[in-house]
This record gives sequence, structure tokens and C-alpha cells, in this order.
Amino acid sequence: MFTNRPFLSAACALTLLAALCGCDQKMRYQPRYQPSDQSDFAAFEDHRTGRPTIEGTVARGQLYADTLLHTGKAPDGSDSSEYPFSITREVLERGQQRFNISCSPCHGRTGDGNGMIVQRGMVQPPSYHDDRLTTAPPGYIVNVIGNGFGRMFKQPQVTVRDRWAIAAYIKALQISQNADPAEVPPEVRDQATAATRPEAVKP
Amino acid sequence: MAVHFEDGGKRFVTQLFSKSANSLARMSIIIGVFTLAGAGAVGALFYRSPYYTNQNVVRSQPVPFSHEHHVAGLGIDCRFCHFNVETSAYAGIPPTHVCMTCHSQVWTEAGVLEPVRESYRTGESIEWQKVHRLADYAYFNHSAHINKGVGCASCHGQVDDMRLMFQNETLQMSWCLECHREPERFVRPKDEVFNMAWTAVDQKALGAQLVEEYDIQSKVTCTTCHR
Ligand code: HEC
Ligand code: HEC
Ligand code: HEC
Ligand code: HEC
Ligand code: HEC
Ligand code: HEC
Repeated sequence: MFTNRPFLSAACALTLLAALCGCDQKMRYQPRYQPSDQSDFAAFEDHRTGRPTIEGTVARGQLYADTLLHTGKAPDGSDSSEYPFSITREVLERGQQRFNISCSPCHGRTGDGNGMIVQRGMVQPPSYHDDRLTTAPPGYIVNVIGNGFGRMFKQPQVTVRDRWAIAAYIKALQISQNADPAEVPPEVRDQATAATRPEAVKP
Repeated sequence: MAVHFEDGGKRFVTQLFSKSANSLARMSIIIGVFTLAGAGAVGALFYRSPYYTNQNVVRSQPVPFSHEHHVAGLGIDCRFCHFNVETSAYAGIPPTHVCMTCHSQVWTEAGVLEPVRESYRTGESIEWQKVHRLADYAYFNHSAHINKGVGCASCHGQVDDMRLMFQNETLQMSWCLECHREPERFVRPKDEVFNMAWTAVDQKALGAQLVEEYDIQSKVTCTTCHR
């Protein structure tokens, strides 16, 4: 029976095929790193594969030569009231979106300082509608986002352009909260009052 | 079955097997086929089983981080923590600093958060266990999906219900292809990508419209994902 050639070769082929299953693992996890994998290279004591920049060096694309854009400071060192790029409707909408993601959990959607996290025990930030902050230039807000303020941690994950967009949006928010209803064009007045009613604001 | 011998012109015919051998032979063929098919089926079941795919398997983490609590309870947007998801292939796990923006003030005494505080003090990363992991021979990209209106929930399920994170789908090729063949069945408006509660009123009409609007292609060539 075992001299039956086709049978023998079929059996061999099947056995080899079955053995192939064993190859899966090495192809699955190849000897290369993905972000947030652990490195076993001895010199990297923290085992991170994503290496922090070495002190005194600048990574490509991370040269912050544009002081105004990156720090919010005017050439004389004061907080800038000028924006590094022009503020269009798109920028404001971007600012609104980013504000709602990054700031509203604490500062609240309207900037009153009563966000959800504050209700759960976070120290209460001042309202954006305090006089001190309504007069603060946008560069000040950019600076607070980048460097933090008091018990507020800095938010380095917010990109610099988004910091300016958020600042512009907060400035618009301040105007809107202190707006005189008479100045609102009649055709959008109903819309505006509906949007500021608390129950219409999504959590 | 009979065996024939040729011997000096004389011919003998001997009965080697009894009659019942016939049905035995048939039986063994049938049993053989069933065993092979059964083995195949068991193999296929195993291949799709959570044991192999890790679907629905909860991993123990250094900190019992609850998406349910932070997303549904506190209303925090995915992008507060997974801030790279719109611009890069990897969604990324938030660094300790992000937890500490709140937990420097909230739940500062909680024992469960000690690993977070320790990580912040020492600069050592928290060792989060990976929940999703594709085979390295497949390429995946988050931003390519987010910017074409594929919602997190379409792939990760109801994250806002998860006390502990688990993988909601098999992540096998057949699963990817199910959507890549007919993306119109799954896409949603870009504004709703991060909304865990969104459902379509009329997916058929909406899907067709979005595929047009966002120029969504059905990408099924092998090199889309194996490059
Ligand atoms: C985790 C909660 C939290 C988040 C998120 C947060 N803040 Fe704050 N913020 C605070 C707290 C708390 C204070 C008050 C700090 C203090 O007085 O010690 C504050 C203060 C401020 C101030 C006022 C500084 C002053 O002069 O009084 C500004 C401006 C500000 N935050 C902007 C932002 C912006 C813009 C964002 C989003 C990018 C943001 N914050 C995100 C908690 C937060
Ligand atoms: C407060 C921060 C935070 C928010 C907000 C958040 N996540 Fe997470 N996410 C984490 C942390 C920390 C982990 C790692 C621990 C774990 O796996 O549970 C994680 C893990 C994940 C994972 C699994 C990663 C892996 O290991 O494969 C997915 C998927 C995920 N998050 C999706 C989401 C989605 C979708 C949202 C928005 C609905 C969201 N997350 C909101 C912090 C957050
Ligand atoms: C935007 C603010 C915020 C951020 C960011 C945040 N948390 Fe929380 N977290 C909270 C609040 C508020 C509570 C308490 C909720 C309550 O009192 O209902 C909490 C509770 C917790 C708890 C205990 C309650 C539970 O769910 O069992 C753990 C553990 C926790 N957080 C882990 C983390 C980790 C890890 C991170 C970083 C990935 C993180 N949190 C980021 C606000 C935050
Ligand atoms: C088209 C399906 C799909 C969508 C949509 C999707 N994910 Fe993922 N996600 C995956 C897959 C697949 C992986 C595993 C990637 C790997 O192993 O390379 C993953 C991994 C992750 C991880 C682990 C870290 C990483 O990047 O590997 C996190 C966190 C995550 N996703 C969060 C999110 C969030 C937040 C959203 C919504 C903004 C989202 N995902 C949308 C399929 C998806
Ligand atoms: C729910 C639907 C859905 C699922 C599930 C899904 N995809 Fe996609 N994928 C899309 C859509 C839509 C696009 C955008 C196509 C386009 O660019 O027009 C896309 C694009 C991609 C691209 C980028 C193609 C390119 O050339 O830009 C890759 C890579 C990809 N998907 C891989 C995967 C992998 C791997 C999986 C499974 C782990 C997966 N996808 C699961 C819907 C999905
Ligand atoms: C939409 C993305 C996508 C496309 C298109 C795709 N694959 Fe895959 N493929 C995958 C993923 C993801 C896996 C890994 C599944 C896992 O992690 O187990 C995979 C795995 C495989 C495997 C290993 C066996 C397995 O199922 O795990 C083979 C072989 C393969 N693909 C061949 C192909 C061929 C041939 C084509 C073209 C006809 C193709 N793939 C097109 C995503 C894709």
C-alpha cells in the first residue's frame, strides 16, 4: 500500500502544509518596533522606542524660530494682541471644535469655568468673562495653553496653530457672552438665544 | 475483492476479504471524509475563536482605566486623550501628563491611581497592555479612516460602555474586507466620527451621498493593506 506513489506524495505535501502553520508567529510579530512598543535595547533605560530629543538638539521640523507663533509673545516680550495668521470663519470653527475637546471639560462650553470636571472636584478656573480675562490679549491665552497657569497643566498636545485658533474663539466667546441683543441681526436673533440656553448646550 | 494469480497457465481466484469488507471500505471512506471536514471546521472555528483572535478578551491593566466612566460619565472627547488619531496612522495611548491634567486635582488620594502618580514622579511610562494588535504584515492607518467618515464605533464598538477595554471585532482580513467592499454601508458624516451614540436614519441614502461627497473608494487590492 505504501508503495502507492501519489498517496505518499500527497501525505508528504499535507504534512509539510500542516507544518507551515508553525511559521505564522514570526511573520505576525516581526523584529521591528511599532510606536509604544517596548525596546529591549540596554542603553534605553526607560525602554521607550519613541526616543525623547536629546538635550541641546533640535529635531527636524521642530525649530521654533517663529516666536510669535510658538509663544504668543510680541517682539517686545509682551503678550501679543496680533495674530500670526488671519482669522477666518474656518479658523474660528476649528477653534470652537478644539476648545470643546480640550478646554470645555474644565472651563465649560461657554467659558464660565463650570465644566464637568469642576463639578467632580477640579479647582474652579476663573470665568473667561471676568474683566481681567476679557481684556487679556490672545497671546496671553496661547501662552497659558503652552505653559500652563497655576494649577492648570500645560496642554502641549494642542498644536500651535490650534492654540491661536482657540484663543481667537475664546475672544469671540467673550464678545458673544457680553453682547447687546440689539446688535444681533434680527434674522439670527432667535437662533442666538436658543444656542445660549443651557439645556440646548450639549454636555 | 479478489486477487488474481497467474501460475503456469492455470488461473486461481481466491477470496481474500469477506463480503462485509465492502461496506467497511465504504464506511471508512465516509468516516474519513467526515473527519477531514470536521477537522477543517474545528480549525476554522479555532481561527475565528477569541482564543486566536483575542476578540472580547479583557486584559488586566496597571490602572483599571474605565472608558465608560471618562467618556459616557464625564463626556470627554476621544481626542482629549487620543490626540493623534486624526493626523497619524496610530491613535496612540495618552502619556501620563494627560491623566495628570485632571488627576493632579481629582481623586488625588485614590490608590488605583498610584501607578499614574508614580509614573509622573519618576518619568517611567505606565505599562499599558496592548489590546488591539494587527499582524505586522498588515498595514493600518487611523487618519485614512477618520478623514473619510468611518466612526470609531464602527471598528471599536461601544467604547462608552466599556469598563475595561476589549477588542470588539476579530480584526481579521475578512472583517476589513467586509467594509472595504461596500464602504457605503458604514460611513457617516465626519462630524459624527467621535460620537458613540450616532445611528443613521437612512444609511442607504446617506452612504451613497457621503461616498460621493468624500470621494470614498472601495479599496480591495492586496497592496492597500500589504505593502
Ligand atoms: C483639567 C482642567 C483644565 C483644562 C482641560 C483646561 N484648563 Fe484652563 N484652567 C484650569 C484651572 C484650574 C485654571 C485656574 C488655575 C489657577 O488659578 O491656579 C485655569 C486657568 C486658565 C486661564 C486663566 C489664567 C488666568 O490668568 O487666570 C486660561 C486663559 C485658561 N485656563 C485657558 C485654557 C485653555 C485655552 C484650555 C484648552 C486648551 C484650558 N485652559 C484647559 C483648568 C483647566
Ligand atoms: C481620559 C482619557 C481617554 C479618553 C477620553 C479616551 N481614551 Fe481610549 N484609552 C485611554 C487609555 C489610558 C487607554 C489604554 C488603557 C486601556 O487599554 O484601557 C485607552 C485605550 C483605548 C483603546 C485600546 C488601545 C489598545 O491597547 O489597543 C481604544 C480602541 C480606545 N482607547 C478608544 C477610545 C475611543 C473610541 C474614545 C472616545 C470615545 C476614547 N478611547 C477616549 C484613554 C482615553
Ligand atoms: C478631563 C479630566 C480627566 C482626565 C484627563 C483623566 N481623568 Fe480619570 N477621572 C476623572 C474624574 C473627574 C474622575 C472621578 C469621577 C467621579 O468622581 O465620578 C476620574 C476617575 C478615574 C479613576 C477612578 C474611577 C474609576 O473609573 O474607577 C481612574 C482609575 C482614572 N480616573 C484613571 C485615569 C487615567 C489612567 C487617566 C489618563 C489616561 C485619566 N483618568 C484621565 C477625570 C479625568
Ligand atoms: C477602520 C477601523 C478603525 C477605526 C474607524 C478606528 N480604529 Fe482604532 N484601531 C483599529 C485597528 C485595526 C487597530 C490596531 C492597529 C494595529 O495594531 O496596528 C486600532 C488601534 C487603536 C488604538 C491602539 C493604539 C494604536 O494606534 O495602535 C487606539 C487607542 C485606537 N485604535 C483608538 C481609536 C479611536 C479613538 C478611534 C476614533 C477616532 C479609532 N480608533 C477608530 C481600527 C480602527
Ligand atoms: C467600517 C469600514 C472599514 C473597516 C472595518 C476597515 N476600513 Fe480601511 N478604509 C475604509 C474607508 C472608507 C477607507 C477610505 C478609502 C478611500 O481612501 O477612499 C479606508 C482606507 C484604508 C486604507 C488607506 C488606503 C489608502 O491607500 O489610503 C488602509 C491601509 C486601510 N483602510 C486598511 C484597513 C485595514 C487593515 C482594516 C482592517 C483591520 C480596515 N481598513 C478596516 C473603511 C474601512
Ligand atoms: C483591507 C485590508 C486588506 C486587504 C485589501 C487585503 N488584506 Fe490580507 N490581511 C489583512 C489583515 C488585517 C490581515 C491580518 C489579520 C490578522 O491580524 O490576523 C491579513 C492577512 C493576510 C494573510 C495571512 C492569513 C490570514 O488570514 O491571517 C494573507 C495570506 C493575506 N492577507 C493575503 C491577502 C491577499 C492575497 C490580498 C489581495 C487579494 C489581501 N490579503 C488583501 C488585510 C487586508
